[in-house]
Amino acid sequence: MSTTSTARGRHQATRPPVQAAARSRRGGKPLRRTLSGVAALGWTALAVVPVYWLVVTSLRTRTDFTTDSPLALPSSPTLENYKTVLNGEFTTYLINSVLVTVVTVAVTLVVALMAAFTVVRYSNPWSRLSFRLYLLGLAIPLQAVIIPVYLLIIRLQMYDSLPAIVLPSAAFALPVTVMILVSFLRDIPRSLFEAMVVDGAGDWRMLFSLVAPMARPALVTVAVYDGLQVWNGFLFPLILTQSGDKAVLPLALTLYRGQFGIDVPATMAAVVLSTLPMLVVFVLARRQLVAGLTAGFSK
Amino acid sequence: MTAVARTPCPAAPHRARPDTTRAGRRGLSGLLMAAPALLLFGLFALIPLGGVVVLSLTSWDGLGSISWAGLSNWSGVLTDGTTWQALWLTAKVMVVSWLVQTPLALALGLFQAPRGRTRAFFAVLWFLPLLLSAVAIGLTWQALLDPSFGIGSTPGLHWLARPLLGSPDLALYTVIFVIAWQFVPFHALLYQAGIRQIPVSLYEAAAIDGAGVMTRLLRITLPQLKYTLVTSSTLMLVGSLTYFDLIFVLSGGTGGPGTATRVLPLAMYITGFQAHDMGRASALATLLVLFGLGLSMITTRLSGFTRMDSQQEGM
Repeated sequence: MSTTSTARGRHQATRPPVQAAARSRRGGKPLRRTLSGVAALGWTALAVVPVYWLVVTSLRTRTDFTTDSPLALPSSPTLENYKTVLNGEFTTYLINSVLVTVVTVAVTLVVALMAAFTVVRYSNPWSRLSFRLYLLGLAIPLQAVIIPVYLLIIRLQMYDSLPAIVLPSAAFALPVTVMILVSFLRDIPRSLFEAMVVDGAGDWRMLFSLVAPMARPALVTVAVYDGLQVWNGFLFPLILTQSGDKAVLPLALTLYRGQFGIDVPATMAAVVLSTLPMLVVFVLARRQLVAGLTAGFSK
Repeated sequence: MTAVARTPCPAAPHRARPDTTRAGRRGLSGLLMAAPALLLFGLFALIPLGGVVVLSLTSWDGLGSISWAGLSNWSGVLTDGTTWQALWLTAKVMVVSWLVQTPLALALGLFQAPRGRTRAFFAVLWFLPLLLSAVAIGLTWQALLDPSFGIGSTPGLHWLARPLLGSPDLALYTVIFVIAWQFVPFHALLYQAGIRQIPVSLYEAAAIDGAGVMTRLLRITLPQLKYTLVTSSTLMLVGSLTYFDLIFVLSGGTGGPGTATRVLPLAMYITGFQAHDMGRASALATLLVLFGLGLSMITTRLSGFTRMDSQQEGM
């Protein structure tokens, strides 16, 4: 708590000129410091305990699970549960998830970048209308259109295939992606566009040699964000696929529960394994992930 | 914005190519660039949005042929008590979630906002739930809250050894709690980002004027967070219409016990894909759309999302 309160004193002191002012204020905010400190500690416990329980449970034997105290370390730690999961169809589910996520993100980024570029480049009523449509799209609950999407996928002869998940997932990732890219592209200095026009560049050259390179940080950010959403997506896979060999990980987790039944440690091992790839992304690209989650929403 | 769009005209004179052709080609390439996104979005989001209204006037079991049913689904849905219960539960989840999550997210955002190692470390821990899928969270909490083998068998925590998800009185609140567990970190991030954007000069001016802690919080921080509050609330309210995955898993796909957690999206799924009455499910889905559009119309108006200018202009 003492380190915490020191850090609290640094509030607003990120820019040098105010450091002195901040220091003089340090002693003066007990109520707010206490409240947010208590909330922070309480929340930390609340966030960590379930995740800790998840991991230790996945390392218990089935017998230990019924006898060990839930929050104690496993009395005879084992990786058996992980073996059980990995010996099954896990690799199939993992590959499906990776394929669906990578293809969806790639399609979304290419298509959304072009769309965002036209929104920023053209100020005619049509481009305004298209932007408004995407904004409207932010408010369309995916659940609300699932029945027509199901019908459409059946009619397109795509039911129970991975593309059946990719196409609607990409469509529903578009609004946020376009919105974030548009707000980023708007901040590219106009003089750069004008210079390219003077050089006689057309839209395509502008897209490839100016917009795409300049938008790279935003593209990485939305890629990570969209990737997380698609990786964790459940409803489209639930409704648009049915065979086990087409299942992606979140859907597979519900299959594991059915398969393992009361074998909770094995189910928890599957949960941990399904989350590991996102944990790796988090470790590698924490900044982009945080930026992606707040980009376009925070102002 | 307009300046950029008009630039070809002044640039044209030293080019041999007639101006009209260039404009025509530019229009074409713009169309080609906008088309794929519009096609994808139109086909899988906009057309289904209209489609769901049309389907609500038909009778379809999900496999066979679709036949016209007039308004019978609607009269069925609107006179069915379970519809109104689902709407009530949805509204309840929405309001209670907002009341629980907003103060918590704001408090955590205030804590996270100053930069520093301790805070960054806390932030990483808080971030963990955001990485888990709703299904993973659902399965974990379901097992964790199991009255026999869950957290309730820990010494000192026996008061948790009750059917938190199994009792009709408690299940909805348990669901709201798990939803908060999943989403509060995200909203805390929004508030943190909002707080970090407040100009320090405001605090300096207040410090010179001798403003106290609470004054600064109430007169500077909270008013400056107006847009963040609107954004976060919009996402929470509209998002709470779509809590499907988590409730689906926590209730074992039933919206139970009984119908205690059967919110609108679950009622729609169960009607359509378990009871095979797609027409009636489409009517429920239409209600969901109306609910969502109404909410977002109110909130986008407040947040000014549709403004066409750059957010950095004038700073």
